[in-house]
Amino acid sequence: MQNPTYAIQVDDLTVAYNYKPVLWDIDLHVPEGVLMAIVGPNGAGKSTLIKAILGILDPIAGSVSIYGKPYEKQRKQVAYVPQKGSVDWDFPTTALDVVMMGTYGQLGWIKRPSTKEKKASLEALEKVGMLAFKSRQISQLSGGQQQRVFLARALVQNASIYFMDEPFQGVDATTEIAIINILKELRKAGKTVVVVHHDLQTVPEYFDWVTFLNVKKIATGPVKEIFNDDNLTKTYGINYKVAVNK
Amino acid sequence: MTSPQIEIQLIAAVVAMACAIPGVFLVLRKMALISDAISHSILPGIVLGFFITHDLNSPLLILLAACTGVITVVLVEAIQKTGLVKEDTAIGLVFPALFSIGVILIAKNANDVHLDVDAVLLGELAFAPFDRLLMGGVDVGPKSLWIMGSIFIVIIALLLLFYKELKVSTFDIGLSSALGISPMLMHYGLMSVSSVTVVGAFDAVGAILVVAMMIAPAATAYLLTADLKKMLLLSIFFGVFSAIAGYWMANLLDASISGSITTMLGMVFLMVYLFAPRKGLIAVLYRQKQQRTEVSLITFLLHLNNHTEENERHINHLQEHINWQKVRSKTVVTLALKNNMIEIDNKVVSLTEKGKEFTDLALEYIITNKDEKIEPMKDDFFLFRG
Repeated sequence: MQNPTYAIQVDDLTVAYNYKPVLWDIDLHVPEGVLMAIVGPNGAGKSTLIKAILGILDPIAGSVSIYGKPYEKQRKQVAYVPQKGSVDWDFPTTALDVVMMGTYGQLGWIKRPSTKEKKASLEALEKVGMLAFKSRQISQLSGGQQQRVFLARALVQNASIYFMDEPFQGVDATTEIAIINILKELRKAGKTVVVVHHDLQTVPEYFDWVTFLNVKKIATGPVKEIFNDDNLTKTYGINYKVAVNK
Repeated sequence: MTSPQIEIQLIAAVVAMACAIPGVFLVLRKMALISDAISHSILPGIVLGFFITHDLNSPLLILLAACTGVITVVLVEAIQKTGLVKEDTAIGLVFPALFSIGVILIAKNANDVHLDVDAVLLGELAFAPFDRLLMGGVDVGPKSLWIMGSIFIVIIALLLLFYKELKVSTFDIGLSSALGISPMLMHYGLMSVSSVTVVGAFDAVGAILVVAMMIAPAATAYLLTADLKKMLLLSIFFGVFSAIAGYWMANLLDASISGSITTMLGMVFLMVYLFAPRKGLIAVLYRQKQQRTEVSLITFLLHLNNHTEENERHINHLQEHINWQKVRSKTVVTLALKNNMIEIDNKVVSLTEKGKEFTDLALEYIITNKDEKIEPMKDDFFLFRG
């Protein structure tokens, strides 16, 4: 049953590569307005889960809905930040141009971005502190700056739900803090943010919701209630001791 | 110039323009080899089309050949998907197989008609003006000019309509797909356009030159610009330039036109590779030399910064201590003096105010690795430009 009060609802989702399932029978209900981490070991299917929700991969079973409707009908509600390593940063384009790509979805086919889209993109660049680099060729940016440009591109989509695939990978500490502050602002504005995350230490500090994933869903819920040794051990297979802020 | 001469150059220029545009996207998608595969594997399509229509310029033949082009891409992807071989191997498996089918078909059935393997591979621009298009009995120009002209117009129209879709699906497949701009659709669209272009051009310039015309101008432009629009325009320019210059080279040497154009494309690339302002070989070597000097300079300044005692800053001692050759020491000292970073008083070197400031900035950058610290220094020094 699709429940429109959930921002994201995943039912019985199974995804396979070459008939080898990488996600088994996932059920996931994400309420609106949470900042959620997806954690799990390498190969747990974290990126795959996001890609399946966004229709980039076809599941072999199960369904996904965004505010009670299939993703195809809710594209404009959703922004996506892929892994930084998934694109060629030598592509001949500038920081501003990459951010403008975020407006292509709202524009639809054929229509070109106008001054309105350009203005929004410049504002997004300013928000992530990258306005001074707007004309810089993207290969000339540092890893942290590239990630900020990607974040700006998601912001310009002006969505209700943000999916981010490892936004803290290969960025410096300043950028990490800048990014998490923006994500917390998004949550304050009532948006839902889903982040594939690697650093277990920072989960209680950054996030209020968490999903443990290892091919199957181990647990999902508020960090305060479920981020504990028991679930960490179930997910990672070894006895994990981390400091959890209770 | 005689009118066939003008017509040959016109055809070569239009072919160059039509090839340059899909070429840019093939290069950016790292699919340059696919154009090679397509240019060969369209042969069976051409032969079949020729059997049916008995006309090398018939639209049906172009359509059939373009279909074989797309089939090539599908086959390559299917073989690659098995996970048993990589893409380059898959390409190497598919196109010779299809090409050989074409060769056998020609040998078996078409020995007595105007269609042979040489013509397909090398083309012959010199003959292009002889094949005229008649409209209501009136000669309106060479057929291949009309064919390539129409293909070029379609390509330009598609590019203008789908520029942003092509850009985003080339740069970021994931985002493109999430936004609802199907990367599959763009991929096969580009493959179809490339196939049609190759088929249209092969008759005039041959299968080998078509590949050069698609890849070389784009690769050359890529060295010169960081802007997709400029890359497209530059590719067109390099293509047309090589086509015209190649034609005159052939004229001068009394050699094959398509061979000369291909040579010209290669020479233009070589020139740009050597002399491009940022990515060119000479610029890179020069920059590396500058960087060596600058690292030396900073090492030198840091040394001065670390030592207040005079004997550590004596000019002769410096030479021994930092362990540099005389020439290098001299270059560094001269550079530092020229930039007012040091002063020498009775053979004792000390940092000036400016030198101290610079050293502090450099130190801060080394410690924090924060780019904004060195923004003001970037204009003066190569080292920080990345």
